[in-house]
Amino acid sequence: MQGTTTDEYQTNSPQEVEAAAEHEEHEDYRMFGVVLFLIAESFIFLGMFVAFVIYRSVVPVWPPEGTPELELLLPGINTIILVSSSFVMHRGQSAIKNNDTSGLRVWFAITAVMGAIFLAGQLYEYSNLEFGLTTNLFTSSFFVLTGFHGLHVTVGLLLIFFVLIRSQQPGHYSSESYFGVEASELYWHFVDVVWVILFGLVYLL
Amino acid sequence: MAAVNFVTTILWLRAPGMSLFRMPVFVWTVLSAQLLQLVFLPSLTGAAIMLFCDLTLGTNFFNEQGDPVLYQHLFWFYSHPTVYVWALPAFGVFSEVIPAFSRNPLFGYRSVALASFGIAVLSSFVWVHHLFASGTPEWMRMLFMFSTELIAVPTGIKVFAWTATVWKSKLHLETPMLFALGGVVMFLFGGITGVMLGAVPFDLHVNNTHFVVGHFHYLVFNTITMAIFAGIYFWFPKMTGRMYAEGWGKIHFWLTFLGANLTFFPMFPLGLQGMVRRVSSYAPEYAGWNVIASLGGFLLGVSTLPFIANMVVSWLQGSKASDNPWHATGLEWCTSSPPPQDNFEETPQVDTPPLQLRHTQDVLAHNRAIVSFLKAVKTDRKNAIFRG
Repeated sequence: MQGTTTDEYQTNSPQEVEAAAEHEEHEDYRMFGVVLFLIAESFIFLGMFVAFVIYRSVVPVWPPEGTPELELLLPGINTIILVSSSFVMHRGQSAIKNNDTSGLRVWFAITAVMGAIFLAGQLYEYSNLEFGLTTNLFTSSFFVLTGFHGLHVTVGLLLIFFVLIRSQQPGHYSSESYFGVEASELYWHFVDVVWVILFGLVYLL
Repeated sequence: MAAVNFVTTILWLRAPGMSLFRMPVFVWTVLSAQLLQLVFLPSLTGAAIMLFCDLTLGTNFFNEQGDPVLYQHLFWFYSHPTVYVWALPAFGVFSEVIPAFSRNPLFGYRSVALASFGIAVLSSFVWVHHLFASGTPEWMRMLFMFSTELIAVPTGIKVFAWTATVWKSKLHLETPMLFALGGVVMFLFGGITGVMLGAVPFDLHVNNTHFVVGHFHYLVFNTITMAIFAGIYFWFPKMTGRMYAEGWGKIHFWLTFLGANLTFFPMFPLGLQGMVRRVSSYAPEYAGWNVIASLGGFLLGVSTLPFIANMVVSWLQGSKASDNPWHATGLEWCTSSPPPQDNFEETPQVDTPPLQLRHTQDVLAHNRAIVSFLKAVKTDRKNAIFRG
């Protein structure tokens, strides 16, 4: 939804022009909507995390016997990349607040590259694991949690691409109107925070 | 998405002067319901993703390696609050229709508004009452029995408020009011059986019988659907600018009221006698009540015909409706029927408490009636004491 909301009224037919003129202007509450959406989204993850924690505490041996140890180096590096990408992305928002569109584009592009590296790293990790989705309860949880998070990273990447494409139109984003930038950034931070919790639960605990 | 939209709009885009405690109760109930939807639906999404992976990809979340009861928990963690996502707006409709047709402000507006919110909050902590028979530990059953029975408090406040609104008022029994009153009466049955079912021993006794089915239908059909009908008839003139046919509306009401009770009441005695639910046939000794229920079912089916016909014909050629045919007090009745684009020619200014925009005379008369009644009671008592 964030990627496609109309940033301004597209007025075509006379009726629509009239409607837009009659429509009383009010403040922009779209960011509030994004926050509500993310709260809702966080409850999906919360449900899965709770399920994971319950499994952990109920199953006598955890992870179940015969589960190979998880390698920590690659996901560790991945975590650092993802967390730092949030800071990089924030530079993009600071840039557009100063009307610096090219700055926005550079910082967002770097964020996109870092996100892509994260995803590639995760796929590489998947391909080198000695267990599969169906091996046991732990491996099922592992793949579904990280996979569902990876899906969110992918969506975040798409949002960044939308912003990059739209920023090509001169004046689409400015220091006054940068909802798309702000929304995609908040989404990215959200995905980031979820990863930190997920990493702690699945890899470290 | 709709929940995001509703909550944002209600919290940020109210008319000038429309403070939270001037909002119509209907808006309060929608806000409460949509907050529930926003928070609880995603947990079902999570559970559904895990179930999907179990069924198609062979993961182990809810099989013998994992925990099947956990799915029940995740499912009901959403699905109990969702019952209130339906029910709360229904209560909101009652709270709009009943004051309008008794020409009284809603009794205890603030309590009713907060009760909606209270129901939303409480309903988050009751889901285990669907799992009393799933081998749940004793302490959990006790805890959730307690929280479940607590729901009776805010709902009781509402029923009390509706009753007090109607009490000693000038009743106008047009179709919306009939549906609202019928709905509230049947809600009492649904609610009381709910209190019965909330008690663990009783629940274990009637678990998986028609008693549960009866309770569910008394709420979902006999309360919520009645409220939907009440709402449709109530706002039909506002939405279409035309009046529906009153006579046919009344016929619809009586057929529905009769049909609904005939269909769903027999489920209570059947459940108590031990007829289980989700069966294709039943033992011959249950036949009597079942025949009544079947006849009621057909009556219920027939009852929607006058409704559909009425709606279609009235929309096309009903008589023109005035701006406020019910002398109701909500903001929507100040604009034309049907409303213009963007609802109001000018953004309205709200500077009165809810439901008191008009007919202050009636309100004062009602208050005087209450006061004189209380005085009469007092003198009666005094006399009684003197005589004693």
